[in-house]
Amino acid sequence: MAASETDQPEATIPLEVFRYRPEQGDEPTFEHYDVPYREDWVVLDALNHVKDQIDGTLSYRWSCRMGVCGSCGMMVNGEPKLTCAAFLRDYYPEVIRVEPLNYFPVIRDLVINMDDFLHKLTEVKAWLVPKEEKPVSQGEYLQTPAELAHYKQFSMCINCMLCYSACPVYGQHPEFLGPAAIALAQRYNLDSRDGAADARADVIFSDEGIWDCTFVGDCTRVCPKNVDPAGAIQQAKVAATKDWYRSVLVPWGNK
Amino acid sequence: MEFQKHDILIIGGGGAGLRAAIAIGEENPNLSVGVISKVYPMRSHTVSAEGGVAAVIKANDSLDDHAYDTISGADWLADQDAVEALVNEAPGELIQLEHWGCPWSREPDGSVAVRPFGGMKIERTWYAADKTGFHMLHTLFQTALKYNNVTRYDEWFATRLLVHDGCCQGVAALELRSGQIRAIAGKGTVLCTGGAGRIFPFTTNAAIKTGDGMALAYRAGVPLKDMEFVQYHPTGLPGTGILITEASRSEGGILINKQGDRYLQDYDLGQPLDIQDPRHPQKRTMELGPRDRLSQAFVKEGQEARTIEGPYGDYVHLDIRHLGEKKINKKLPFVRELCRNYVGIDPVHELIPVRPVIHYCMGGVHTNIEGETPLPGLFAAGECACVSINGANRLGSNSLTELLVFGARAARAAVRFGAQAGDVAVEEIIALADQEQRRIRERFFQPKGGTETIAGLRGELTHTMESGAGIYRSEESLRASCDKIRELKQRFNQIELADHSLTFNTELTTALELEYMLDISEALAHSALARTESRGSHQRTDYPDRDDQRFLKHSLAYRSDDDPCIEYLDVVITRWPPGERVYGSK
Repeated sequence: MAASETDQPEATIPLEVFRYRPEQGDEPTFEHYDVPYREDWVVLDALNHVKDQIDGTLSYRWSCRMGVCGSCGMMVNGEPKLTCAAFLRDYYPEVIRVEPLNYFPVIRDLVINMDDFLHKLTEVKAWLVPKEEKPVSQGEYLQTPAELAHYKQFSMCINCMLCYSACPVYGQHPEFLGPAAIALAQRYNLDSRDGAADARADVIFSDEGIWDCTFVGDCTRVCPKNVDPAGAIQQAKVAATKDWYRSVLVPWGNK
Repeated sequence: MEFQKHDILIIGGGGAGLRAAIAIGEENPNLSVGVISKVYPMRSHTVSAEGGVAAVIKANDSLDDHAYDTISGADWLADQDAVEALVNEAPGELIQLEHWGCPWSREPDGSVAVRPFGGMKIERTWYAADKTGFHMLHTLFQTALKYNNVTRYDEWFATRLLVHDGCCQGVAALELRSGQIRAIAGKGTVLCTGGAGRIFPFTTNAAIKTGDGMALAYRAGVPLKDMEFVQYHPTGLPGTGILITEASRSEGGILINKQGDRYLQDYDLGQPLDIQDPRHPQKRTMELGPRDRLSQAFVKEGQEARTIEGPYGDYVHLDIRHLGEKKINKKLPFVRELCRNYVGIDPVHELIPVRPVIHYCMGGVHTNIEGETPLPGLFAAGECACVSINGANRLGSNSLTELLVFGARAARAAVRFGAQAGDVAVEEIIALADQEQRRIRERFFQPKGGTETIAGLRGELTHTMESGAGIYRSEESLRASCDKIRELKQRFNQIELADHSLTFNTELTTALELEYMLDISEALAHSALARTESRGSHQRTDYPDRDDQRFLKHSLAYRSDDDPCIEYLDVVITRWPPGERVYGSK
């Protein structure tokens, strides 16, 4: 981004950036950089400034710089943030500490390993399993705006992993499916075209993790897209409990 | 060297690549598919598409109307057989995506909703609020998870096509995590790597849009077609270049200059209706004119000193206030979010500053209607390809359609090719990849005392592309760009990396991307210099008229050791003879 002529070039803001280079030993360190302070810069702009002008060895992920690709999630002063949406002006003139997202293995510097999430997305069958098959030649499935609104919020997940970094249960039990995967499972469960909620429930409740989730709601608080994964988890639990009661109390009932 | 083998390789995991992978997953479950992507697929730039995707679905519309809008929008440089394939297959593709779960916006009766877009006679743009590309990409990505025959190589960076015996037989790719170059073999390889907007300084495009697949093909001797045609989208946010979707205008937003006038009426785009008139906005008129004409009008307006000066260049205003908060929240929530976050204004109450911004490459890897390139075994689809359906100016909402229709087509062509191709020459392929490993190690990891930096050269490159090959070009400006690019290619050899690590070395990938960008820029600038006419997005101040006699032709840029060679190929005309582009009447 070009510098604005009206900015004051002398103002800077300090960054403390987590560095980890596996070829140079196991111990992470923090590197200090002073970057120009600009009102309209985000933390990602500051990192790009470091990469381009100060230290080409710093590694991190980014792409769209408009909060939709989900690449640039990092811990900013201890909070999971999209760095393309975290403005320097909200921290200035204090130091900004940038670290990789919590609870994930670090590959290098600010780059985490998120393989685990991708496996979980497959496990929960995060795709539409049509309730009734219909050939393309017969046109679209009808879905009213109200039916769409039923699941729409959960379809807004950008897989940025901020919710996992905020989730105390995931921190303790990495096998927990976690907020985003459950929200996306719920996104399909609630879709009027889908018929695989039972199959997903088997996966969602196959480990104990979900019952440890105490509706702390940190996942929802940090979500940059207002997906409300905590709500999805509670909905799933309520549905499972209802099913359990139904199977015990009315064993001749549906299913 | 480690070696992987698949029947079909797909390079790029965005909309086109995933659609291609699913086509094979659905239709040929016995074939193995490798999807090689430099980012996790859901990070691909398809995710940023906002406004919608075109396909005829409503009773008041027709395939011929979609074809005519596309062809006239393209200033008659589109191949009409390809456009017919596009419009014919578009409805099925979008219904298919609906069956895979895409959350399209709906009418009260539950059928899919459509909105009008620029240059359209009839509204036919399907949308998912203003995050259409995001929902399409995630639907495709999640659907692709179903297929066991699809293997993903996430965060593998393709560095070279492995061509042996006149056939593309695979790709050398850098595994970012290990820093190793691996050979991945396939009987057919489909390039789906997207565009190259990052060769310009001010672009809507994501950081990853560096033209990798175009450059890979170009280096393998495949021509790049119509590279001189680059689309400026009329409404980008100054500074960041973040896109404000055309849907803001199709919902009724208007463009106004410094004096508050709806200036488009002065540029042969018809007369404005009052914003409260129920017939506003009129299709193919004013704010719903095509993107090339709107961006050109902005430049002329600036020359008359009727744009507004700002720290990041001149701008005009996009006004959507009259739509009201409820409609903005329902139809354009992302526009509101982007304006609040990145400009600090609320478009419900304030004007949005906008200026034209590099958005899309109409040109790309030369393919035929099946997605086949002239190199046997190599195919291409999506923005990296030029079939061509976009000609000299792409119509808004045709790019998402294109990546579905031609992603699937290219995959099927690759399957057909693979079925009759012989076995891959494994030893030779591995030897080529070994060579590539050595090239990269020697070039980038052995200190040479060079003094050039990646950011420095990239800045000079993007600057010369904007000054020489922007909305208006001339022989003088283009020659200056060609000279500058030649110089930068020399100076690239003096780049010295600070990072010699094998683990996730993003300085290395950035250098490789810059090398790609230099190749693409060279093809673009020389193609633009050779086209001495004005057509669509290619406006020459020294040749202001369209010249069908000499240039109703596609340009083909071939790489050489010196400047590229530019050749020409006739445009395919079927039912729509070249005519005048008329907007604002009829």
